[in-house]
Amino acid sequence: MAEAPKFSLDKVSYTYEDGVRALCDIDLSIYPNEITVIFGPAGGGKSTLLRLLNRLNDLIPGRQLEGRVLLDGEDVYAPGVDVHALRRRVGMVFATPVPLPMSIRQNLTYGPELAGIRNRARLDELVESSLRAAALWDEVQDRLNEPAVALSGGQQQRLCLARTLALEPEAVLLDEPTSGLDPISTAKVEASLQELKRRYTVVIVPHSVQQAARVADHAVFVLQGELVEQGRGEQLFTMPRDQRTEDYVTGRFG
Amino acid sequence: MSRQLRQRLGFALLGITTALVVLPILLLVGYIVVQGASAISWEFIVAMPRDGMRAGGLWPAVVGTVLLTLGTAVFAVPVGVAVAIYLAEYAQDTLLTRVIRLAIVNLAGVPSVVYGLFGLGLFVIFLQFGASILAGSLTLAIMTLPVIISTAEEALRAVPQSFRIVSLSLGGTRWQTVRRVVLPQALPGVLTGVILGLERAAGETAPILFTVAAFFLPRLPKSIFDQTMALPYHLFVISTQVPEMPVRIQYGTALVLLVFVLSMNVVAAITRSRFRAKRQW
Repeated sequence: MAEAPKFSLDKVSYTYEDGVRALCDIDLSIYPNEITVIFGPAGGGKSTLLRLLNRLNDLIPGRQLEGRVLLDGEDVYAPGVDVHALRRRVGMVFATPVPLPMSIRQNLTYGPELAGIRNRARLDELVESSLRAAALWDEVQDRLNEPAVALSGGQQQRLCLARTLALEPEAVLLDEPTSGLDPISTAKVEASLQELKRRYTVVIVPHSVQQAARVADHAVFVLQGELVEQGRGEQLFTMPRDQRTEDYVTGRFG
Repeated sequence: MSRQLRQRLGFALLGITTALVVLPILLLVGYIVVQGASAISWEFIVAMPRDGMRAGGLWPAVVGTVLLTLGTAVFAVPVGVAVAIYLAEYAQDTLLTRVIRLAIVNLAGVPSVVYGLFGLGLFVIFLQFGASILAGSLTLAIMTLPVIISTAEEALRAVPQSFRIVSLSLGGTRWQTVRRVVLPQALPGVLTGVILGLERAAGETAPILFTVAAFFLPRLPKSIFDQTMALPYHLFVISTQVPEMPVRIQYGTALVLLVFVLSMNVVAAITRSRFRAKRQW
């Protein structure tokens, strides 16, 4: 791949306060305009890895990070980095949709307003474009002022995706975004991922191996804090090099 | 005795005990209403006291209590809410914050007469505010702080952590998160705490005894450096210090104070239930 990586992890290890080592010596490059899938059994450090990228782990006291996490070649943990600006560049969607307790529109304008965008027309534009990108515009365009909790679970999750896109981020991180959704909503979210990768760097922790195989351009298998194997999706899911990857992908454990 | 019979007996006993709890408040309110209702009239509220308080109305005491309650709010609400925000949203669990928490718990346990004496020493004498609405409000405010702080902190903590994480993940600072998401959601709980705290301030006698309350002052205060009459102290005075005081005026005064305080309770309850109905989590 000729392009420069969006994220580079350079010998990253991560230890929680209680001494549990969540990640061990991870080397990883994540490229723009493709979907990188980080998968593996529960408790293996996938979410931790994802949250390192936008420094959401900063909230946890007593953590210890070794190695470097680079975004566009710059260390995101360097002193003086504006962590709020970083989180706008690297948006995140969580496993459980959490609409903020406000209207649909306010959910979408929340991030841009915090960033200082006050222009009404500009905000309207962001509301529409982000809702379109998350395939939700047709369903909610007439009820933007209704409370966001009134939406169904699948709509809420697409709203959360739209809310992240309204930040106009460079990368989108998704942490099991479809774990609570029905198959139809899941398909909608997966379809919008294919659109998203045209414009963004997309990193997803899928909620199943099947989903991983469906969406992966680049696949990364993480087991108990260790990066076991990574490669192109079609290769890794059909001809894994490592026995452990093969065992997991074929359902022998996990 | 069969198990079922024992169970029924147990429930009955618990039920009776619970009913007994209601009894004192019913008796108390009922007795005061019966004894004092005949004294109540519009004039009783808005007229100046006459004849050494044996006739006339409560106006200066009513105004005094309202002013003291407002004065308490002016000092106690911003400080109390600020402390609650700090403790709930910013403070790490360190020795210092533990000491602060311990101090707040202990502040709640200090007898009110001690607050009165403290207010006398600090505000009236040392800071030379004299016996005044300012000194009384400040004293009541300090007494009210622990109630406001602990209820407000609880209300802030009740706001789901996921809202904070989402807000931070959207590039919000901690303060933006508090101001735009957490505080609005915690507001009903905070308001309830504020009202409960002020209600206690409105009804207290001991803290205002040395700091602001006038024995008999049949005119309205002109500035915050004036003394004023106040309902709780007035009630104490006409119940113990004035010979040949008509009983119905004593109970009428008690009734006015009770209605004033209980109506704040009702406002708190309504605020809480209305916001709770609108709450989206």
